Formats: sequence, C-alpha cells, structure tokens
Amino acid sequence: MSENKLYTVSIYTENNIGLLNRISAIFQRRHINIESINSSVSEIENVSKWTIVVKLTEDQMKKIIGQIEKQVEVIKAYYHTEEETIYQESCLFKIKSDLLFEERQIQNIIKESNARIVTVNKAFFVLEKSGRRSEIELLHRELSAFGILQFTRSGRIAVTKTPMEISKMLETFQH
Amino acid sequence: METKTIRNNEQSTSKGIRISGSEAVVRSLIAEGVDVLYGYPGGAIMPVYDELFKFQNEIHHVLTRHEQGATHAAQGYARISGKVGVAMATSGPGATNLITGIADAQIDSTPMVCITGQVGSHLLGSDAFQETDIVGISTPVTKWNHQVTKASEIPEVIAKAFYIAKSGRPGPVLIDITKDAQFEEFDFKYEKCTGIRSYKPIPETNPTDLQAAADLINNAKKPLVVWGQGVILGEAEAEFKAVIEKAGLPSAWTILGASAIPSTHPLNVGMVGMHGNYAPNVLTNECDVLIAIGMRFDDRVTGNLATYAKQAKVIHFEIDPAEVDKNVKTDVAVLGNSKDTLAAILPLLKENLHTDWHQKFKDLYQVEFDKVIKNDLHPTKEGLSMGEVLKEINMQSKGKAAIVSDVGQHQMIACRYADFNVSKSNITSGGLGTMGFALPAAIGAKMGAPERDVVMIAGDGGYQMTIQELGTIFQTKVPVKIVVLNNNFLGMVRQWQQLFFDKRYASTEMENPDFVAIARGYHINAKSVSKREDLASAVKEMMETEGPYFLEVMVEKEDNVFPMIPTGASVSDVRLE
Repeated sequence: MSENKLYTVSIYTENNIGLLNRISAIFQRRHINIESINSSVSEIENVSKWTIVVKLTEDQMKKIIGQIEKQVEVIKAYYHTEEETIYQESCLFKIKSDLLFEERQIQNIIKESNARIVTVNKAFFVLEKSGRRSEIELLHRELSAFGILQFTRSGRIAVTKTPMEISKMLETFQH
Repeated sequence: METKTIRNNEQSTSKGIRISGSEAVVRSLIAEGVDVLYGYPGGAIMPVYDELFKFQNEIHHVLTRHEQGATHAAQGYARISGKVGVAMATSGPGATNLITGIADAQIDSTPMVCITGQVGSHLLGSDAFQETDIVGISTPVTKWNHQVTKASEIPEVIAKAFYIAKSGRPGPVLIDITKDAQFEEFDFKYEKCTGIRSYKPIPETNPTDLQAAADLINNAKKPLVVWGQGVILGEAEAEFKAVIEKAGLPSAWTILGASAIPSTHPLNVGMVGMHGNYAPNVLTNECDVLIAIGMRFDDRVTGNLATYAKQAKVIHFEIDPAEVDKNVKTDVAVLGNSKDTLAAILPLLKENLHTDWHQKFKDLYQVEFDKVIKNDLHPTKEGLSMGEVLKEINMQSKGKAAIVSDVGQHQMIACRYADFNVSKSNITSGGLGTMGFALPAAIGAKMGAPERDVVMIAGDGGYQMTIQELGTIFQTKVPVKIVVLNNNFLGMVRQWQQLFFDKRYASTEMENPDFVAIARGYHINAKSVSKREDLASAVKEMMETEGPYFLEVMVEKEDNVFPMIPTGASVSDVRLE
C-alpha cells in the first residue's frame, strides 16, 4: 500500500455560499483531516481558488479529486506533491513592545528570520513572517522563549510549477 | 452563478410578464413539462400552493400523507417514466422529512427536484418558527441545492435544477425559496438551461479506450458482463442488447439494472450480489474479462473486494469519472453515456458464441435450481413461500407488470423471481435500502406509466413505515396493486439473527394489525390469504380489479433467502443453504 503524503489540492470554483460545506463534507465523510484551507480569488475573473492541504495516500487523493470535480460548481480540481508546487504560509505574532528593548536577542531573531514589523505601539508590536512551515515554526519556537501575546498562521497558498489548463477549459464554454 | 441561461436572459430585450415569485415557481414547473408533483403544504410554502390551486388544470398536485411519501412517489414516477420527479414541502419539519427520499434518490441516481418553502429572508438564522437550514442539511445528499431569496432568481434556478437533476448521472436537487421571494413580484421570463460552465454532465469518450475495450472483449475466452442502471438511465437498452448478442456475452445485472433486457433473454444469466444468482456470482471469479456497464461495484455486489474478480481484466463503461477505480481497479475505463459508448463499440466487436462458457452458467443454474429455486417456486411444505406468490403474479400479469418492491427478504425474492419483460420494471430502493419506499413509490410509478400494471410488494415491516399513503391512494384512486408478504417478522434481519447471532431474535418479531381492515378503512378492496389453494384466485381478483387492491399473503414465518454471500465473504463463496 502507498503511504500518506502531503498533497496540495487546488480547486477552481464558481463563487457559491454552500460550496465550502460541500467540499469539506467530502473530506469529513472519509475521516480525512484538512491540514489547512485557503480561499481567494484566482487568476481568472469571477473564479475562486481554494488551496487545501491534506495528508493521505495517492489512491485516496485521486478518488477525492473525482468526488470534488463531481460537484456542479467546481470547475476543475488538481492535486500536487510538495515538489510540484511553490508554496508559502504567513503568520502574525503579537509581542509586548518592552521586550523589543529589554531583550536584544529579539532584534537579532527578527533580522535573521526575515520577518517584518507591521506595527509598533507602546504596548505591543506585530511581526509578520511568510515562508515555509518549518521557517515559521522555527521563529515561533525562538520567540516563545520571550512570551507571545497572540499568534496566528494562515493556510498554505501555492502555485504550481506546471501551467494549469483552466483558462482554456473555460473558453470552450463560450460558444 | 454563471450559466448560459443567465447570459441569455441578459441579452434578451423583452421584459416578460410581471408576476409573483410563487406564480413563477408554478409557471417554471409547467415550462419544464411537469404535469404532476407530490407534496404537502405548510406555512412557508403557502403562496406556491395558492398558485397551484389556480393552475390545477395544468399541473396536478398529489397530496401525500407525509413528505417522505412525496419524495418516494416522485422517485417512483421518475424511475418508471425517465422524467424528473417533483416533490414539494414547507420549511422546517416538512423539509427535513424529505431527506430520506433525497438520500435514496442520490444513491440510486434518480432525477428529482424538491422545492421547499423557507421562512422570510429577514428571519434566516434567527431560529424562527419552522426554520431549518435545509440547504445545509441536504448538501451531502443532493447533486446540487440552492436557496432563493429573490423572486427574480426563480426561473433561472428552477431551469438549472431540472437540467442538473436530469443530465449526466441523474440525481436529486433541492431548491429552498424564502417566503418573501414567493410574494415578491418581478418580470418573469423562462428559458431552459442548456449548459453550466463548471459542470460537464457527460465526459468525453476516448477512442483508444474503446479500441482497447474491444480488443479485450474480442480476445476473451470467458467474458462476463455485469450491467447496472446506467443502461436504463442512458436509454441504451437496444445498444446494450446488440453488443451482448454480437459478442455472445453472458450478462448479469445488479438490482437496479434489472429489466434492461428481458428475464428470458438467453444471454441474461441473472442477478449478481449478496442474494443474486449462483452462476454469475461464482463465475465472476472465473471470468477472464469482466465488463462492467453503468454500475458502481457496490459492496453488496462485490462482496470482499480483496477476492473479487482478481483473475479478470476489468472494463468499466461509466458516465461518472469518480466511479472509475473507486472500488475495483479497472484495466480499461470507457467514459461516456452508455448509449453512445455501446453504439460506438459495436462495430469494433467480433461475432462470438462462447458456447462452452455459456454451458457453465447453465450447469450452475441447475445446481441453484435443485437446491434453492425449486423449493422457492414449488414448495412442498404447508406454508406459502414468497417465491410462489411472485410466480403467481408473473403468470397473472403475463410478466408485464412493473414491480415496486420495498426492502428486505421480499425484495430479494421479487428481484430474483419477477419476470421483467419491459425496461424500467424493477422499481426498488437499491443503494439506500429504504424500508417504506414501496407504497408511495408505487403511487408515483402508476402515475408515471398509467398504461402499465404496477404491483407493489412489501413486507409487513416496511409496509407500516409509510402505510399512511393508503390515504393518498384512496383520495387519488390511483389503481396500484398492493401485496404484503406477511411473515410477522422483520424477515431479513431475522435471517441474519438466525445465521450470525445464534437465533437471538432481538426486536424482529412483529405483532401486526388487521391489514385488511386498515385497507378497507381507506375503502380499498382487500383480501388476505394463507392457503395455497386460495392464492391463484386472489391474485387473479387483484389483477382484474379496476381500482386499487390490497392483498395480504401470510407466508412461512422463518424462510430464508438463498443464495447468500455473507458480509465479508467472496462472491465465489456464495452459500446455497
């Protein structure tokens, strides 16, 4: 049997209120945990793109893509391995401003991690970092030692190395 | 929503007629060719019912006695006519009562449109009286669903609903319409939906796959066809017959595939699956090429997948790409509509007879006949068997009746022994196994094909799950023949308890009411028989009665249905006793 791997699922859809429910139910029914999910506009006008990260076997993945594509408002769904995509996550840290001055080490960490200070006020500052999961986790570990007021990380967003044939597909509908 | 319908409307210059949303619902249904719908009124759908009253000469609303009955009636109508069945209900409990029928239609690919009323849009999410999130609840069991909050959306959404329900692999669609959208006036204009850009109902057929499939079939020494409802839904009966006759392919059916070709056709080798025929089950594990046509390898068909047809090359003719490789890995998948793909493969096939291979089916049929069929159809013990009732119905209806069965032992017996000589003659709940399906489905079936004899067969358990629909039969006078095979048990569960739970009959014995008195209470002619010598005349009387008729047959209490593939066993380990 094949082993579980991380796959990035890209789903191009019409904008529809109920679609999230429909897609998530496909995973839920099969007891597959969604590692992360992101919804945004896509490169095509009026077409949404969802990026879902899941861990499963390729056999399961193929079947699920079939079930997703079967949904009326899904235009096309793709799955890709880690190697086939370029992907990023983003995160925000809220940290006490005092620490910025009291703990010199923090400034070094920020510099070395390529994180960006979004805002600073007397009480707190907000740090933003984009990158691979491992980079974000490293920064989280380092900052944890000083105390983090709030932390949040986004779902993965990804683009593929190979082109997606979606625009061509949509053109064929206009006749 | 980006549909062609909408685009066409935008281009159109004529403004249409100014009417309410509720009138638009009824006019849209009429525009879709709906002549009958099944439903139950209530607060949130009352404006639409008011319009149905006004349009009663153009569209017939059948008041069922429960919303579940409305869905099953719509399913029965759809299954026998090939048209879209329509069910209607109010919000809240009316809507939730539709769910069983919707789930049944989803798993059995039945085209159905359900319309529910919803509380006013300003009340959505406020836990208003009879508010329920029916779009959320129905999502996993619908092919598509949508909530309408503006009257102007109604024609487009209904057009889309019918298109989606009927096209490709059919299925149920639910449209939820808020009460304010029903009252709101707008300029109505109806255009049928002809395409949705994100939805491709029929996948393209790859000619290479067709040739590969033909090569496998042409080189096969021991081919076996297993066909499903896809042949019937694709209206491919003639193409299917031509293919199997040319290549000399022994062909077995799934429960929903029954009747696509007549029971008496020499290439029809019977039913596969848990209570299917001995020969096709055993020989599934002996064939060299398994040709699956419009079926989905349900677990009740395959038994243990690890030992299912492992020796065979598998060809799968299928309209739904998600079914390919879902349960059984295929060597060649031929995507497309069965009518087109079967027509396309016909010229590529070589004529063949496979005489020796056919003989194997005949030999194993004889084994099954001696061990099972003989006793089922010609019992020597005193109690009546379910099989002999079916034999009598076959004779009296000349094998032309549409059989609407419920779920359980009687269903398996009906599928095994009914003569199916006309397509769309086996109307039953296959995938969901919904007890209570038959009585309301028979109402819809008779209305969908008034020229046909419709015989409903149920057990004493399932019959009581929707027995209130006798009221619908009484009120509409729809002449369905109602047969209850009464063994005072939930027979199939009892059979399992006997075989796998050391005869601990937990909650399966039923103390039943006087069914004849109940039927007569609804002014339906009724009779009960318990002796063999009375059976033929009772069935004759039933078939010859003009109106509806109820016949109870007291059958042997503890008969079992065989052959049987126990859960988890291989198809070739099918038991004959």
